[in-house]
Amino acid sequence: MVMETETRPTGLPRLNEPAPAFEAVTTHGTLTLDDFKGRWLILFSHPADFTPVCTTEFLAFAEIFPQLQERGTDLLGLSIDSVYSHIAWVRNIEEKTGVRIPFPIIADLNKEVATSYGMLMPGESKTETSRCVFFIDPNGVLRAMIYYPLSLGRNMAEILRVIDALQTADRNGVATPANWKPGDKVIVPAPNTQELAEERMKAGYECIDWYLCKRDL
Amino acid sequence: MACVNPDGTITASATAILTALRSATTAEQVASLTGLPLFRVRSALRELLGAGLVVLEDGAYRLTEAGRARI
Repeated sequence: MVMETETRPTGLPRLNEPAPAFEAVTTHGTLTLDDFKGRWLILFSHPADFTPVCTTEFLAFAEIFPQLQERGTDLLGLSIDSVYSHIAWVRNIEEKTGVRIPFPIIADLNKEVATSYGMLMPGESKTETSRCVFFIDPNGVLRAMIYYPLSLGRNMAEILRVIDALQTADRNGVATPANWKPGDKVIVPAPNTQELAEERMKAGYECIDWYLCKRDL
Repeated sequence: MACVNPDGTITASATAILTALRSATTAEQVASLTGLPLFRVRSALRELLGAGLVVLEDGAYRLTEAGRARI
């Protein structure tokens, strides 16, 4: 009888809690989460090396890499492949397209990091990580997450938008409305007392009502 | 190992980091001098500490005699 072992993913990480710590072998040596402290980090997983959608994503991540650097943000990839596979793949990408992959990739063969971040979705695949993106702030706190299925390549404009929105919110103590992009008006946090609600309407903001006011930055 | 090769020689980036440590004492200063990403400098310093090429004293990284000999 063949014993079937099943990977049982632990719970998903939670927003606004410390991101799960790790020490992992990567294409740039052994890295820990603490190595990224003081800068924003986008940790993302892909299903497997040498696969078509992932290759388009790596090219796209490499394309936005300079924009992320301007935003004080590092990139770190992950899949359940060996470091030798990662090295061969990034060399192949450079050979075939001329694009150098500038960020490290975790070789998570024992699935430790994938499990702690809830990157495995057994309903989709028991051997490949889904297309997850984790936005971790300079204090190591998990601030946003995106999960895409295997068949759907990620949208780099949205990844940049999330970083811009989080950094804007932190810098200015505001929130960002639907479809916000840099330069658009931001939302003033809703007042939480009756007195503040009355004052809000006189504060000179662009208000639909006391609970929805916008302003320029 | 990203800094020390199996034959005991060190990589180009490790040489750059050791060279920077002639004047720098923090990972941030090393990153600024070498142009390497901060995460990579922190990882390399950990490895260089383990190899006995660098010491960490009172929050400051310093070259050991063995580290100085590799530059």
